[in-house]
Amino acid sequence: MSYQFTISPDFSPEYISGWFIFNTWLQRSLGLSIHLELMDSFQTLHQAIEQDRYDLIYANPYDASMLVRDKGFTSLVRPRGGADEAVIAVRADSEIHQLEALAPGCKVANTDDPDVHLMGMIMLEPAGLHPGNVELCQQDSYVLVAKALLTGQCDVGIFLDKAYDELSRPVQSQLRPLVRSQIQVIHHSLMAGPRLLDQTGSLRQLLAGMDQDEKGLGVLKSLGLRGWDVVDEEEVEFMIDLMETLTYIPN
Amino acid sequence: MISDMKPEDIVGEYRERVIHLHGIGPRKVLFTKTEVPYPDGRLIVSRTDTQGVITHVNRSFVEMSGYAEEELVGAPHSILRHPDMPKAAFKDLWDTVQVGEIWQGYVKNLRKDGGYYWVKATVIPNVRGGKIVGYTSVRRKPERRKIDECIALYVSMKEAEGEA
Repeated sequence: MSYQFTISPDFSPEYISGWFIFNTWLQRSLGLSIHLELMDSFQTLHQAIEQDRYDLIYANPYDASMLVRDKGFTSLVRPRGGADEAVIAVRADSEIHQLEALAPGCKVANTDDPDVHLMGMIMLEPAGLHPGNVELCQQDSYVLVAKALLTGQCDVGIFLDKAYDELSRPVQSQLRPLVRSQIQVIHHSLMAGPRLLDQTGSLRQLLAGMDQDEKGLGVLKSLGLRGWDVVDEEEVEFMIDLMETLTYIPN
Repeated sequence: MISDMKPEDIVGEYRERVIHLHGIGPRKVLFTKTEVPYPDGRLIVSRTDTQGVITHVNRSFVEMSGYAEEELVGAPHSILRHPDMPKAAFKDLWDTVQVGEIWQGYVKNLRKDGGYYWVKATVIPNVRGGKIVGYTSVRRKPERRKIDECIALYVSMKEAEGEA
């Protein structure tokens, strides 16, 4: 039997090979056959989840809630010190110097990354902005979000902080961050589906100890990670509650 | 337990009032006219047990409230109750979350130093095994226009409560 593994499409392209190295290490360590497939969009990922195609998913918190509640997944580990944060940025020469100067009707460049979009819209909220009164211009990548600002197509952009920090220096020098979130409690996690439930104990133990040997450390480095922290059931429930408060819209 | 506020903790000129906290009793609060702006990009997160006693706070909560984490954990959440907040707002909050629903509203919170800050608060019951075991409250930066609406609304609610 071969298990199916995928990762949230918001991963940095820099670490594509790292995920394949990780999968090879995982298969050898567990003695299991695991097939890694990369997704090019959240839409594709969500369709695949709906069809129960995956057993192991490196998921963002937005999807994690759905995976636990609707698909019987459980969180195994999260990246150490790896909270997800968002950056709201404008073009460097923009007249906008604070969030409150943004007005309804402005053009917001974003991606289909649901948790970054959520964090971004929460940061825009104090300016009286919401999805109903801005023009959302969805881009295929954060590089294209930057391009939408540089060409003047959009007034403001929502970035995953790591993606913003990885933009090339010439591009970053033409942009200006307005706000950087410090939410601290939202993070990706590696999640196991129902077919892997009997392996969750050994998976957690294996992943938590990855930083204890040289080989494991090398694999972590190829992912840009320092280590994994085990996520217990209550932490998962807390994350789900948190995401529910952030997505709550009163009737 | 919750003690009266102390003059030595207050920054600037202050007024004092005794407020009656539900299930706790009277508390003397000292408050100033200093508003501390809610910082951009932050979420204030806390958790309480079913009685409203704080069990967890994040760093932003500690920074904005002015209390140390040790002072907050174990204290009732009403340690932040500002005298300008109408009782009816908190009754609505408790009535909503105790039946398992999410509550959202705008709250003026009292800091340890007597200043205040406005938040947009969302409170969710933590349901585990079909039972409510506590509550999570997440606060974010509110829109100024909403705060202004609430200032006027809460004055009229306080008048209706005979406390203006």
